[in-house]
Amino acid sequence: MPQQQIQLTVNGDDHTVTVDPSTPLLYVLRNELGLNGPKYGCGLQQCGSCRVLVDGEARATCQLPVSAVEDQPITTLAGLSGEDGGLHPVQAAVVDEQAAQCGYCVNGVIITAVALLSDTPDPDRAEITDGMNEVLCRCGTHARFVRAIQSAADAVDA
Amino acid sequence: MSDDAPKRDASESSLSRRIFLKSAGTVAVGFSLLPGCQRTDGETEEDPDADPARSSDLPPSLAQHPRIDAWLQVLGDGRLRVYTGKMELGQGIRVAIAQVAAEELHTSPDRMEVHLAETGVTPNERYTSASVSIEHSATSVRHASATARRILKAQAAQQFGASPDDVDVDDGTLSTGDQSATFAEVLGGEQITETVTAPADLRPTDEREWVGEPVQRKDIERMVRGDEVYVQDLQFEGMVHARVVRPPGYGASLENVDVQTVQNEIDGVEQVVQNGSFLAVVADGEHQALQAQQALRENAQWSEPSSLPADTPLEEHIRDLPSETESVVDDGSAGEGERVSASFFRPYVMHGSLGPSCAVGHYDGDRLRIWTHSQGVYPLRDTLTELVDLPPEKIEVKGVPGSGCYGHNGADDVAADVALLAMEIPNRHVRLQWEREDEHGWEPYGSAMLMDVEARLGDDGTIQNWQFDVWSDTHSTRPGGDPGNLLAGRYVEDASELTSRGYLAGGYRNSIPYYELPSRRVDAHFFDGPLRVSALRGLGAHANVFAIESMMGELADRADADPVAFRRRHLEDPRAVAVLDAVAESAQNVTVGTDEGLGYGFARYKNSASYCAVAAKVQAQGDDVTVTHLWGAIDAGEIINPDGLRNQLEGGMIQSTSWMLNEEVQFDETHVTSREWGSYPILRFEEVPVVEATVLDRPDEPSLGAGEAAQGPATGAVGNAIARATGTRVRSLPVRSS
Ligand code: FES
Ligand code: FES
Repeated sequence: MPQQQIQLTVNGDDHTVTVDPSTPLLYVLRNELGLNGPKYGCGLQQCGSCRVLVDGEARATCQLPVSAVEDQPITTLAGLSGEDGGLHPVQAAVVDEQAAQCGYCVNGVIITAVALLSDTPDPDRAEITDGMNEVLCRCGTHARFVRAIQSAADAVDA
Repeated sequence: MSDDAPKRDASESSLSRRIFLKSAGTVAVGFSLLPGCQRTDGETEEDPDADPARSSDLPPSLAQHPRIDAWLQVLGDGRLRVYTGKMELGQGIRVAIAQVAAEELHTSPDRMEVHLAETGVTPNERYTSASVSIEHSATSVRHASATARRILKAQAAQQFGASPDDVDVDDGTLSTGDQSATFAEVLGGEQITETVTAPADLRPTDEREWVGEPVQRKDIERMVRGDEVYVQDLQFEGMVHARVVRPPGYGASLENVDVQTVQNEIDGVEQVVQNGSFLAVVADGEHQALQAQQALRENAQWSEPSSLPADTPLEEHIRDLPSETESVVDDGSAGEGERVSASFFRPYVMHGSLGPSCAVGHYDGDRLRIWTHSQGVYPLRDTLTELVDLPPEKIEVKGVPGSGCYGHNGADDVAADVALLAMEIPNRHVRLQWEREDEHGWEPYGSAMLMDVEARLGDDGTIQNWQFDVWSDTHSTRPGGDPGNLLAGRYVEDASELTSRGYLAGGYRNSIPYYELPSRRVDAHFFDGPLRVSALRGLGAHANVFAIESMMGELADRADADPVAFRRRHLEDPRAVAVLDAVAESAQNVTVGTDEGLGYGFARYKNSASYCAVAAKVQAQGDDVTVTHLWGAIDAGEIINPDGLRNQLEGGMIQSTSWMLNEEVQFDETHVTSREWGSYPILRFEEVPVVEATVLDRPDEPSLGAGEAAQGPATGAVGNAIARATGTRVRSLPVRSS
């Protein structure tokens, strides 16, 4: 497809990119906008690595044409922290719990957890594992992620 | 990206490279990639998964690279740069290295910047494997740092006109009375070039500040911010994107490809590269590379690939393959008692890295640079020389973390692919991101294995005799200087000949039980299996320990004994007993309902590294089981970082549970059919048990490798728990086999 100009709102900033409109959002975020949060994991919407928040909802970007999200607010991992660089409570909890081995899944975990907590601010373990079930982690860091999400929920509550 | 490391004299590296080639030049592959390829039977003595043998009292890496500045450099701004020849694989090696350097230099780990494996810059420590990074690399850094402290004190004493005993070291500063100077000031811009010739006096246990503390990893904050962390994240001015078009199966070769159509139809195609049956495309954008890859697939004709044995159950196929036998131990077949026997099977298991392998290459017409998450930058460089026809001094390989690999995944292969492409497109950075199906379908898997066990249980409730036969393919086909071990090396015009069978001995890792048994016979039978294989976390230990621990559970039942008491009866080593007792204590007050079961597993990894015991609780639901709890205990000698150790143990137990419940690489006649997560499901959040990890510290014992210790015990424990919950013993993995 020929290239077109597409308007995107990412992490509160407006961008105009000139790309083939069928390009998956993932590649536009990473390669055009230099945002390394979303990761390529499967390209098949199976693993969650590439997720971002689109209008507050956690969505896979590996098959999502960039043209489909024009003018919708997109938040990536980098956009979760405050203007002053302060970490979002979920990001902070992942650091505090040292919840990562290789960390390749961390993007999908945090993005999904942020969406989960906005729907279910005080989840129990079953609600967390249910909400996180679409995100894969190969290192087996799940137990730490569950702890981190619980403590982020507590921190927001407090 | 920042790349300000000073280039250093690589003469040490060249020297060790010569030694390396002499000893490892014949390590090769064991998968039947090309029809009619003959393998020789020449097995090398060397373990490519371990560092070279000790030649002195020093850690082997330090004995080979004794100059202090090979490990440690003092920077002008108060920081220290610590060099390791190992890679960060998610095991947190950087913080452990920073902690030991900090300890011996009496200086905060915040001042330590750890530089990961890079040819010509860091010591050549070969592979980051076999859980020896702490034993070898961290211990080398530790002795180099302790020696550096002594030298710094002596130099400062001279400058201060004092006695070295009166010089204090505190956080990068040396002082006595009212005089003080930083490390850099004392050195006057020089580095410490002395060599370490003997083990240094380490800081006494009771004075330790950093070792044994849960110091946080610095990289996790970068991960949660989405900063540049992985090789996948590297961006360079003018970088182009590549994709490879794989053959339909191992044995297929490219007959014809219509390059013109692809170049005409797809925008942004820089070049289609064809070299023999190696086919790839380089395009300006990543999406364009994907589109061109698809177009190439549609416009390429391949020969019929060779046929894989899809009709016979793999277990039977393996048993029927020709094999060579090696005796592992034989101290007799005597022993009276009840005969108990069983066969166990593990299918091919994949590493399944969450992020498919990736590499960046750049050739400036003279030198080739490769950015890679390979576990062995020096061996990779030495293997690339032949593939791209450049001398080693013209190739630089820099380690950059990737997605967790758990052994030898596609990292080296993608680096070789990108090396070929970079050579075709000089002066551009070429990035190659493997697709999910490249990784799933082409990585070298952990070998399928078959274990026959026969034991004699005496009237006194102890084992009188133990007979064990294991069938396995090789467990390492790392590059090792042989381009035939790199995928691309097998498909290019001058495809490489195979020279040996790789590391066979991995097949009998942990095949000898750690239990005290009056007489034992263990034989290993090596076959040449249908799929490409190499080192997967634990090598043969996973399947061997699964078989041994399942049998121990069964024998305990036959002897009417408590499973923990039965194991203790056969253990003399108090450290083994201690880990077993630790999990038994964690699990002792757990209520076990109907349809539930508790099971145990134990092993000492390699029979010489960490001790690990696991208790598992499962719940049976109809035809399925849920693992609800796992308790693990580990003794890894002196603990550098207890939180890092706990993290490895938790992750190892969960991954092992995933392997044993779900995982099986499937194939049809043409090729592997497990090409995405739908056909190769791994454990998900909802299925993950609650895990508890206990770490036993032994401050006066040497640190032992820990990263692979849980794989066997966890599978053993879950299997035994399933037997308790369902009344059916697990003999064949995965539990949820179709
Ligand atoms: S990369 Fe998009 S879900 Fe896996
Ligand atoms: S931490 Fe490695 S994939 Fe989750």
